[in-house]
Amino acid sequence: MKEFKGRVINGGYYRGEAVVSHQGVNTLATFQKSALAHADKVTAADQNNTDIFQKNLTGKALCLPQTIGSTTGGMVLQVICSMGINPACLLFSEHIDSLAGAGVILSVVWEHSNLIAIDQLGKEFLDTVRTGDTIEVTEDGTVRIL
Amino acid sequence: MKLTQEQKDILEGRQGEVKAKVMETIVRYGDMFEADELVKVTHGQGHLVTSFGLSLLKPVYRIMDELIGAGLKVEEGFTMDPRPGDFENVKCNLLDRILFSTVLYGAQGKYEKQLKQLGLVRDDAFSCACYFDEMGNIPGKGDVLSWAESSAVNYANSVLGARCNRNSGMIDIFGSIVGFVPKFGLLTDEGRKAKWKVTVKTTAKPIPQILGSAIGIRVMEDVPYVVGLDKWIGTELTDECKAYLKDFGAATASNGAVGLYHIDGVTPEAKEQGEALLAKGYKEYVIDDAELERVYRSYPVMWKNPDREGTLAFIGCPHLSRVQLEDWADRIVSALKSKGRKKVACRTVLCTAPPVRAAFAKTEKYAKLMETGAKVTTICPLMYTSNPLTKTRRIMTCSNKLRTYSVARYYKDDELLDIITGKED
Repeated sequence: MKEFKGRVINGGYYRGEAVVSHQGVNTLATFQKSALAHADKVTAADQNNTDIFQKNLTGKALCLPQTIGSTTGGMVLQVICSMGINPACLLFSEHIDSLAGAGVILSVVWEHSNLIAIDQLGKEFLDTVRTGDTIEVTEDGTVRIL
Repeated sequence: MKLTQEQKDILEGRQGEVKAKVMETIVRYGDMFEADELVKVTHGQGHLVTSFGLSLLKPVYRIMDELIGAGLKVEEGFTMDPRPGDFENVKCNLLDRILFSTVLYGAQGKYEKQLKQLGLVRDDAFSCACYFDEMGNIPGKGDVLSWAESSAVNYANSVLGARCNRNSGMIDIFGSIVGFVPKFGLLTDEGRKAKWKVTVKTTAKPIPQILGSAIGIRVMEDVPYVVGLDKWIGTELTDECKAYLKDFGAATASNGAVGLYHIDGVTPEAKEQGEALLAKGYKEYVIDDAELERVYRSYPVMWKNPDREGTLAFIGCPHLSRVQLEDWADRIVSALKSKGRKKVACRTVLCTAPPVRAAFAKTEKYAKLMETGAKVTTICPLMYTSNPLTKTRRIMTCSNKLRTYSVARYYKDDELLDIITGKED
């Protein structure tokens, strides 16, 4: 078992499966297609991100460095939270970026989402965690790869 | 974060529950970035990035209704990014029309009604380049803003010397409504220091779209200090120089995530402080002809069949300024004349701000351009390419932003001119 400690943006408990992107996740490109289709889960649609392309992200712990792309990114995150098809956790190895940060806050304040967000987990976290790993996240920002 | 009594009152709901939620969003957003205070938005006119009634943004429309219901608005008004559709000048087939009008932008009409209630300044206030004289949303040096459009934030910080972070949509209108934004990043003197010194050593004036792309890809979200460019663009912020910096900046912002750049001897803070703007331990990047060519050659061609010719050209992302629009009109007319042709060889669409288009439409140059079959629109070409049906079309552009966010193929201005006016064997 490996343990990492990050900063809590929005805390909570989670135990489940990790999906890992080693590159920045383009929020619009990843989530828009599922949202437009009123899908009951998110299938990552960004062809430029082979780490997560076509993977189910709903209810998973999405591990990533930061998000990238259009400044609509925050709102897209809010949309998928309002639809209840969001990843359960966003686990950032770096400092959260302004677009994802806005998305998390919009989701929590305006959608009453319980989206968990932890940042600054460090590069080693992203080097260690693999897609399919079972992980546990606790309220204090501790992430365990089981 | 330390809050003033006025800010605490808003947060605690003394000015209403909805305004309290708006303030809570702004405060928590600032906390995330270790902001120690909220500062007043000194340029009250806002600019919103979310100009499109994308059907999926239902929570956005719900929040807008909440704001309207609570009697909230942006007191000094706001401009918007471009509208998504213009069937008159950007022709669409029936299927496209249905997709644009229902699935994609079906909420446009309802959304624009909401915007008017919240403070949209005019019916023609839709452009990503809200800082054009014709658009009139021009912050002063040192002004604090609450904007989100990446190219406008980049221009306002760099060319106008205003102060704004790269915000997400919704944060822009929230900051404009409460009149405060968190002080961090590009709002601080320290955050405006350059972590990169970029030296331009080219043998000709670099194409702004490629120079900006090269710098954006290298520095990502850092601030670059560029030396050697004043040799090519002069030291005065003329209309031509501002148009160059607009396109350069948009490329730095889209190919990277640059919110501010300094150009030695040109941009206001660089003129005042020079290389004192360089942060301790800055990194260096030298750009010569070979480096620009390397970057240009690295752009992928996303067309299914790259050997076939393009069928639609978009020019103007960000929107063309008046001087650029006139220049393109002159060049298209002149190139066609020299080739003995009358009409453009493929659909050619020039994009500009509504008031710029309206003024240009009264000129003889416009009439001559229309005779060539080219069109002038006020839409955002990026929103046109959001239509999944366009992914199979061979769209060409000289915009590095459009190239980055779509499957459009990038051409240098002269190459694109040659294609749209009928390439000679």
